[in-house]
Amino acid sequence: MNMPFYVSPEQLMKDRADFARKGIARGRSVVVLAYDGGIAFATENPSRALHKISEIYDRIAFAAVGKYNEFENLRVAGVRYADMRGYSYDRSDVTARGLANAYAQTLGTVFITESKPLEVEIVVAEVGAEPADDQIYRLTYDGTVADEHSFVVMGGQAEQLGRRVKDGWRENMSLGEALRLAVAALGSGEGSSSRTIEAAQLEVAVLERNRPRRAFRRLARQVLADLLVDGGEPPSTDKAPQAAPDAGPAPEGEPEAGTAPEATEDTTDQTVTDESPADVSPTEESATEEKPDEGPDTSGTTPGTDH
Amino acid sequence: MTLSADRTTGRLPDAFLRPGSSSFVDFLAEHAPDRLPGNRNMPAGMTDPATLSPHATTIVAMTFDGGVLMAGDRRATAGNMIASRSIEKVFPADEYSAVGFAGSAGIGLELIRLFQLELEHYEKIEGSLLSLTGKANRLATMLRGNLQMAMQGLAVVPLFAGYDLDKDTGRIFSYDPTGGRYEEHEHHGVGSGSVFARGALKKLWRRGMDAEAATRVAVEALYDAADDDSATGGPDTVRGIFPVVATVSVDGYQRIESAEIARVAEQIAAERRERGSLA
Repeated sequence: MNMPFYVSPEQLMKDRADFARKGIARGRSVVVLAYDGGIAFATENPSRALHKISEIYDRIAFAAVGKYNEFENLRVAGVRYADMRGYSYDRSDVTARGLANAYAQTLGTVFITESKPLEVEIVVAEVGAEPADDQIYRLTYDGTVADEHSFVVMGGQAEQLGRRVKDGWRENMSLGEALRLAVAALGSGEGSSSRTIEAAQLEVAVLERNRPRRAFRRLARQVLADLLVDGGEPPSTDKAPQAAPDAGPAPEGEPEAGTAPEATEDTTDQTVTDESPADVSPTEESATEEKPDEGPDTSGTTPGTDH
Repeated sequence: MTLSADRTTGRLPDAFLRPGSSSFVDFLAEHAPDRLPGNRNMPAGMTDPATLSPHATTIVAMTFDGGVLMAGDRRATAGNMIASRSIEKVFPADEYSAVGFAGSAGIGLELIRLFQLELEHYEKIEGSLLSLTGKANRLATMLRGNLQMAMQGLAVVPLFAGYDLDKDTGRIFSYDPTGGRYEEHEHHGVGSGSVFARGALKKLWRRGMDAEAATRVAVEALYDAADDDSATGGPDTVRGIFPVVATVSVDGYQRIESAEIARVAEQIAAERRERGSLA
């Protein structure tokens, strides 16, 4: 390894963190929130096959934002970790804490030693016997673990959406209330603008406390649609500026055939960023490529605006 | 011998992050082969390992209108001793299939645990269920790994039955200790008492039976097996231990309650008492 000139460790870390943050902010947000009967996960994802939310073990689920290939890799590793542990010891010995630690170490090591940090942010959640036993861990690209309570919003305009969820969240919400809040937050743009997201465009799953063994369940489109309309319309004000970007999801949903659209989105992203990870230009390039995906996020400039 | 997470750094080992098969057994074989059920070294010069370890016995399976049923007695023997009165040998393999086994109990239980995990692991990684034939073939492959043990007297003979969601019918698969897989029609049995159980099944099984009728046939077949085979346990009314009976239909795996089996067993016993036969 040749070091042509000196870069201070602070600068190096900052560059890597900026790089990872940009990648994560580019995708769409995932909202994870506790409700009276468990933990709910929601994200905007038209694909039926490429999931951002999945089951890891009996009471443990995984949600991620960022680059699909990277978090998919971590998800599979998590399933292997959990199954291996459950097989070696007992099913009750598989915990979200253990998994979160293993993920944190992995992310942390990659952040420092590899040429490029992982552009992912993950939530590992475990539903307990009582609401007080619920665990939600949020892991960031550098291996930082945060033990969260009540809710997490990550990816995309996470801070803004997080404020929105924070305002609306309270203890012991019903599943319908929690999902309506999550979906309203996902659809909220900058300022007061917001849009309605159809059930077909959503990926929603829950960890249900009172299910006997495997607590994870995906909500089918119809079940979800019913839950969303239940207590009245989620706020929808179709403002003019939204009209154009709203066409955004269309190119993705168009080849309805199945997995292809998302896959191409992700792989283009991957190939571009992977080749010269340290460089800034690929990020910009892929940002423009991803633009159709970005549509709903009101401003195409988001990827650039680094927070 | 690597543990789930790397000991030195705590990070997930590279093998975990490597893209590869959605099979947990393959992953185990690569990453921790010492944990495969069939992978043990038998000390040389061991004459009869079979008497050392408990053996599980009779399992029957049959199709009925709308699904498939599997039932097993509750006895395990070691030589002439009863090793367990309450062992269970019929399990849900996943939501739409059941698996039971006869033969070496320790290895059999481990094999089934791994098989259940194998199906669940695939489901989680791929996001879809294996086809019924796919599951049956997976079990055959796993059984092949146990061949060396089988040759030394620790054979496991599973019986697999499930509801085929593509064909809308219940199907039964039997195996030999080398991993051969055979599809059975209507009904089948494995284990030491299966000779008698199958005789009973041939007489009692009817096309178009419902689950309730099939339950009765299964309990009666096991009753006959226990009657003539010392390694098969009959209904134990003193301790309240009755065969495990489970059905698999389009609604999934469902174990029939013990109280219901007790009632059926009592009914069969009463009928036989009434018949007054001494043989």
